[in-house]
Amino acid sequence: MFERIWEAHLVDEEPGQPALLYIDLHLVHEVTSAQAFDGLRLAGRPVRRPDLTLAVMDHNVPTWAGRLPITDTIALKQIQVLARNCEEFGITLYDLHSPRQGIVHVIGPDLGRTQPGLTIVCGDSHTSTHGAFGALAFGIGTSEVEHVLATQCLLQRRPRTMEIRVDGQLPYGVAAKDVILAIIGKIGTDGATGYVVEYTGEAIRSLSMEGRMTVCNMSIEAGARAGMVAPDAKTFAYLEGRPHAPQGRDFERAVAGWERLATDAGAAYDRLVELDASALAPQVTWGTNPGMVVPVTGRVPDPAAMPTEADRRAAERALEYMGLTPGTAIQDVRIDRVFIGSCTNGRLEDLRAAAAVMRGRQVHPSVRALVVPGSQEVKRRAEAEGLDTVFREAGAEWREAGCSMCLGMNPDILQPGERCASTSNRNFEGRQGKGGRTHLVSPSMAAAAATAGHFVDVRRITDD
Amino acid sequence: MDPFVKHAGTALPLDRVNVDTDQIIPKQFLKRVERTGFGEFLFFDWRYLDSGQPNPEFELNRPGYAGASILIAGRNFGCGSSREHAPWALLDYGFRALIAPSFADIFFNNCFQNGILPVILHESEVAELLARAKAQPGYRLGVDLDRCVVEDEQGFSATFAVDPFRRHCLLHGLDDIGLTLQREEKIRAYEQVVSSR
Ligand code: SF4
Repeated sequence: MFERIWEAHLVDEEPGQPALLYIDLHLVHEVTSAQAFDGLRLAGRPVRRPDLTLAVMDHNVPTWAGRLPITDTIALKQIQVLARNCEEFGITLYDLHSPRQGIVHVIGPDLGRTQPGLTIVCGDSHTSTHGAFGALAFGIGTSEVEHVLATQCLLQRRPRTMEIRVDGQLPYGVAAKDVILAIIGKIGTDGATGYVVEYTGEAIRSLSMEGRMTVCNMSIEAGARAGMVAPDAKTFAYLEGRPHAPQGRDFERAVAGWERLATDAGAAYDRLVELDASALAPQVTWGTNPGMVVPVTGRVPDPAAMPTEADRRAAERALEYMGLTPGTAIQDVRIDRVFIGSCTNGRLEDLRAAAAVMRGRQVHPSVRALVVPGSQEVKRRAEAEGLDTVFREAGAEWREAGCSMCLGMNPDILQPGERCASTSNRNFEGRQGKGGRTHLVSPSMAAAAATAGHFVDVRRITDD
Repeated sequence: MDPFVKHAGTALPLDRVNVDTDQIIPKQFLKRVERTGFGEFLFFDWRYLDSGQPNPEFELNRPGYAGASILIAGRNFGCGSSREHAPWALLDYGFRALIAPSFADIFFNNCFQNGILPVILHESEVAELLARAKAQPGYRLGVDLDRCVVEDEQGFSATFAVDPFRRHCLLHGLDDIGLTLQREEKIRAYEQVVSSR
């Protein structure tokens, strides 16, 4: 599948040089674009294809009700600059007041702009999310954003390919998030550097589109250029009727094309990694990168047991930062905050999973829980199902759409020393606020931790 | 972009693996709309104490390393976010070359776009350089892109491989966009083929 998309988008290829690849969809947000538009202006260059470019405000917008005023003057400036740039260069913008606003990686699929076979880029590393539809999607830097704005093309070396096959059936209580955390735990945060990963196998096929997006989203946390899942009936059903998906007869014709993309059995990959889904348990990270992860039934590891000197020192640093002692049972770790949201786990199905755990329970008195839908569309649909009421009655806060506490570039941040069960994708030092301690988990695990005040095995909670 | 042919300067040993871009430039400093001025925030959370004073424990604050322009680090340097603010901050501080056993993809690309040379050396060579730079504050290194060599004045010398296209662009300070726009005809031809499908 990767090869087909790659070949179909080659504009030019010369020996010894990176390929010139055509980009079908370019997503733009406020944090990584200002300098790129500036570059265009300086050189007097237009945006080549405004029709293939789409902008949204998500990273540093407040998520409280009503949103305004934005008191952070620098964030406000970034937001205003994006609005001005979009107007000047003729780009569609989903701003704060748009009913379609949301995290860039949530609204692409929401709108039906994300489709199989496309090349998609964005100045954000989690662009890999869109690969769940069988698109080739990856994050780029600001200079490359400028390059795509000006030329609609990107210079790329052909990456190597890796198959990650997850066979078997996912046990009850084990989610897509646990699959990807287990994969990163297994291959490491640089295990897929230089590769495009294609996820295959029974467990991946059985995931919903939301689940596949969660898996592809975190491909970058294993270092991968992109992650992909071959499109199938679930993909087409998800897209049908979305505002920017082809309609009617066009849709049928599109599906016929998309079906041809799917991986041919026996496709050759440069590397294969295999995982047995039936052996997986819910995962919890204990350290300061997503590869530092153990099953919820496990314990905080002992750095002394690490394979290399560098790993041992990294683990020691991580434990010191996280304020954890080796040997502590994960389920004895108490938490102060819970964040349910982000481009990893801020979609309707994620909110449903969290609500299923919170329904009829109360957030523990020592915990503050924040639920932030990934887009306004997700928010509306969740409210139509009454999920907001479930969260509010349980004592959690229900917010407007945005990146929120995933990266602490907006008012939602952790205080130093606060410990958070988070459904986001990065547990780096200071990611959710300076000194904040992040543990990555699935939505139902986060909800379970919220009600218990410490990590618990969600398989036991939902059983009784 | 400034060309990079060769560079000599003080080497900073940052003996850590998986240094992520959130560490290189924490997100509270991403809100500027310019490319410059990020240097003072480089490694902010490591570099400064809560009081705002420089953290004497952090490598860059130790005597002899201020003004370093070559950074030596452990594997997977620059992992995490795509923020180009990371190379901007390194460049603005004065770093021109980075040496590690491996780099994260997006970060690696971003460096070349900004006239910073990321050099991949073997794990054992990096360990040797780290040891030398730690033992001798103010330790100087030379990085030569023309000859593809890293060397010091004490007999260390290692060659490195670099993508020929990237090398060419860096040696001449060439801007990707200008080069691609010269291929306008090919882009237009591609667009015509696609729209007629
Ligand atoms: S939710 Fe987090 S990871 Fe996703 S785009 Fe926003 S800041 Fe980036």
